[in-house]
Amino acid sequence: MRSDYFKPFLPVVGVAGLVAIWSLATWQQWVDPVLLPSPIATFKALWQGMNGGTLGFDFVKTVYRTAASTLIAAVIAIPLGIVLGSSERLYRSLEFVIDFFRSTPASAMFPLFLVLFGVGDETKISVAAFGAILVILFNVAYGVMNARKTRLLAAKVMGASSLRVLFDVTLLESLPQTFVGLRNGVSLALVIIVVAEMFIGSQDGLGHSVFEAQQLFDMPRMYAAIFAAGVLGYGLNLLFLLIERRFVHWAGK
Amino acid sequence: MSAAPHALRPQAIGAPPASRSVGMTKRPHVTIRGLCKRFDKAVIYDNFDLDIPRGELISVFGPNGCGKSTLINIVAGLIPADAGQILFDGMLLNEIKFGYVFQNYREALFPWLRAFDNIAYPLKMMQVAPAERRARTEKLVAHLGIKLDLNLYPYQMSGGQQQLVSIMRALIVEPEILFLDEPFSALDYEMTLFMREQLQRIFMETGTTTVLVSHDLEEAVFLADRVLLLSRHPARVADFAPVAAARPRTDATLSDPEFVRTKAHCLELFQREVRRA
Repeated sequence: MRSDYFKPFLPVVGVAGLVAIWSLATWQQWVDPVLLPSPIATFKALWQGMNGGTLGFDFVKTVYRTAASTLIAAVIAIPLGIVLGSSERLYRSLEFVIDFFRSTPASAMFPLFLVLFGVGDETKISVAAFGAILVILFNVAYGVMNARKTRLLAAKVMGASSLRVLFDVTLLESLPQTFVGLRNGVSLALVIIVVAEMFIGSQDGLGHSVFEAQQLFDMPRMYAAIFAAGVLGYGLNLLFLLIERRFVHWAGK
Repeated sequence: MSAAPHALRPQAIGAPPASRSVGMTKRPHVTIRGLCKRFDKAVIYDNFDLDIPRGELISVFGPNGCGKSTLINIVAGLIPADAGQILFDGMLLNEIKFGYVFQNYREALFPWLRAFDNIAYPLKMMQVAPAERRARTEKLVAHLGIKLDLNLYPYQMSGGQQQLVSIMRALIVEPEILFLDEPFSALDYEMTLFMREQLQRIFMETGTTTVLVSHDLEEAVFLADRVLLLSRHPARVADFAPVAAARPRTDATLSDPEFVRTKAHCLELFQREVRRA
């Protein structure tokens, strides 16, 4: 059928529409060209920046910081979440503390972490990790707590020890929710890293690039850096989705 | 699971009260004595006694909430009894091999394992080597003559196929006794008919003592050697009616006068129990 044939191309429609309106707006000068450069100027800045320009270097820096903070967060939060989730009493007694800090904007912690770690990479990475830990922890614990009782009982009735039930059933049961936590965690880490790169004395990174271009009034470069950050955020989310689909093939089925 | 020391075994296992063994030619396989169970205020079982004969398929039937599932869940060790003793040929549950099939196959199977590994999982728990696990699983599948692609994951199978996998997983340990808790109630009618046939075939092949909880009287009578009719709670044995029809039972059995009579008898007792409320 015709409509089915065009289906895979539907997402392109939105992109094409956006670029078309953008082109029209700059061509007709609806917006001051200083504030909104043309798509061509922007993509040229993006291309040049990523090909030997500083933007490529900034991009890699931000990827490194986001990946490091997410990795640290996962290594701490996943085992801790399993422990907390395994004991409902333990989780209930810590629930308020977790929820409180989960609701505290991580950016409010910058001054504290600056005192603790100085102005280097450690501060940015540790604040982002702090934010991501709570998100991942909370999701892993819920994944473990919501492991289907019938499945746990089935393993037990087949003679599995408590430890076996934990490794053979509970952990696998919690995987889909763990991935929800990881996806949210990496998104939050990226947000915190970019903000940190803007305001806490950074020399590089996408946040720094956006901020610097704005200070120099180099609008094409600023938009290019924003796009690069968007691509990074989308790409990280997609990466985790693909990993999830590969390793948690049963999720939602 | 209830692991009471051996010293607690009663002395007179071989000689249950005569009134209970009426009509039983074989020595009972399972003896339930003085079973008590309550949920909050509801007394489900109060000093309940029952003998389950060896090598027979027993259907458990009764009014809603009378404790059909509770009975097999206690016997299979899924929930603890408040009091009472259950022995299998004089042995405790943790000394025997048994299989249990859940009503909700979707939640009872492991979706991260292929059907084959689901079936072999109990052997893994018994620390059987992988090569032997494979061999025994293949042997069981061949023996039952079930045509299924066991490389599929459960979610790639139909409901009936998944429940077949559950049943095979219960059978892989060569259980002395098999428990099924309303195994077909989540399936459509066509699949239910097919599965009844499969279960009958499996039972005829293996001769394993089987306890089936059913909420469908026709199914309960069709499959059973004996229908255990329970009263409203606290549950008593309203009747333990033998079903004489020869196996394999077919669609023709359903209209057989003897079968119809047994079913009518069970229905009458059931309705008397329902009205007693």
